[in-house]
Amino acid sequence: MSMFSSRSWREYPQRYRMEASRFKKSGKTYYPPRDIDPETGDTAQEIVRLPDTGKIVTYTVIRVAPSQWGDLSPYALAIVELTDGTRMMGQMTDVDVEEVKIGMEVRLEFRRIQTESHEGVLSYGHKFVPNWF
Amino acid sequence: MRDVYVVGVGMSKFGEVWRRSLRQLFVDAASTAIKDSGVDHLDSLYVGCMSSGMFVQQEHISALCADYLGMAGIPATRVESACASGGISFRQAFLEVGSGVSDIVMAAGVEKMTDVDGDGATAALAGAADQEYEVFHGATFPGLYAMMAHAHMAKYGTTSEMLAAVAVKNHHNGSMNPVAQYPFEITVEGVLNSVMVADPLHILDCSPITDGAAAVIVTSEEVGKKLGKPCIKVLGSGLATDSMALAQRADLTTIKAATIAADRAFKMAGKKLSDVQFAEVHDCFTIAELMVLESIGLYEPGKAGPAAQAGETALDGKFPINPSGGLKSKGHPVGATGVAQVVEIYKQLTGQAEGGRQIPGSPKIGMAHNMGGSGASSVVHIMEVA
Repeated sequence: MSMFSSRSWREYPQRYRMEASRFKKSGKTYYPPRDIDPETGDTAQEIVRLPDTGKIVTYTVIRVAPSQWGDLSPYALAIVELTDGTRMMGQMTDVDVEEVKIGMEVRLEFRRIQTESHEGVLSYGHKFVPNWF
Repeated sequence: MRDVYVVGVGMSKFGEVWRRSLRQLFVDAASTAIKDSGVDHLDSLYVGCMSSGMFVQQEHISALCADYLGMAGIPATRVESACASGGISFRQAFLEVGSGVSDIVMAAGVEKMTDVDGDGATAALAGAADQEYEVFHGATFPGLYAMMAHAHMAKYGTTSEMLAAVAVKNHHNGSMNPVAQYPFEITVEGVLNSVMVADPLHILDCSPITDGAAAVIVTSEEVGKKLGKPCIKVLGSGLATDSMALAQRADLTTIKAATIAADRAFKMAGKKLSDVQFAEVHDCFTIAELMVLESIGLYEPGKAGPAAQAGETALDGKFPINPSGGLKSKGHPVGATGVAQVVEIYKQLTGQAEGGRQIPGSPKIGMAHNMGGSGASSVVHIMEVA
């Protein structure tokens, strides 16, 4: 599916640089960035860079994947809570899927996500790897 | 708001219905509902449909459906809220009649899902999740519910056997439903030995891809009583929303929008859960049925799984859930599902459920819960025999 590259590049700040919104009034951080704090309605915010380590809150192993992801299947998909409390979804990589567990310590790395996407260009972003080192 | 009734219902066959198109499926259900109710016209039409654009490249189906029903000219509105499109179509008809604007409104739902291959269906359904922050990373719908299932298992000790008990129960009910897609019995071992789709969900924990349509006729009390057909009264309606992406929810083991929607519906109805005798709930995956029953307050968190194993939610249990067979066995044409739930509530309350699946003891009040995506929208209706 070919679409304008604007759909890709407007996501760069949050996908490539892990930028998030921190609202002045509540001090809460949201990823992806938002214009309005859902708790307070506040719009005054600063852009912050998220920490790059956290823990798995929950996960699954996708064993029946759409053909677009077929070369990676089976792959583990996780929701990770970073050290600042922010949560995000992403794929696990550089790990045997059978070893993925709730509570596992992970680190974010910058990886290729899709070889073909809505934008028709290579898409990059974060993946999680076990933080064993 | 004035009282609102349901006076007639219709469904197409659910399944891989290759000989019928989207518009024909709609007409099958809609003309059955019109005949069943005895109405001679419609003041307006609502059609719930999630993604005709991605499934058959057809938008603007409100007008198309009115046209092929032979009623071009009437007001017609398409409603979309992913898999909750049908339930919200019914809610809009309820509000339109309740407000006094119209006396006779059809609430319908339709989805034609098998004109595309598996990848096409997966891509269309993925639109109900967050494209940029979930689907972008390789999330699928079984995968999203699987992540909730793992969280629920870790927190409450829920097991794959408990999940399987839900599928076995719903297939038993669906085996008696003449329009069900998969009207056959399955076993716990069969579920556990079926292909793993997304850990811990097996293929038999998942509802299928389905073609189908459902329609109900919603009227004022005056019109409903004049028709002289069996009718039910809609006591309350509740709709609620939540964060779209799972990562943004504080608790992954509960469906907050279902809790809020049920509270709103009960408040409007002036009833409590203990006044209700049975429910149709959104079992798109087995874990969803357990989480919804806990979210609406039927069970304490973590207790719905053991209750399913003990037979409490079976047809002859103390609170039957999904007597129709649910999405699991009856099938899940996403836009039609919420309306099909209302069809089952109507049949059960008026004593017309076929095939031996009529709930014993003439239930008086039933409840329908329909959910969009991974739970970012939920709609609940409470209905009483009239």
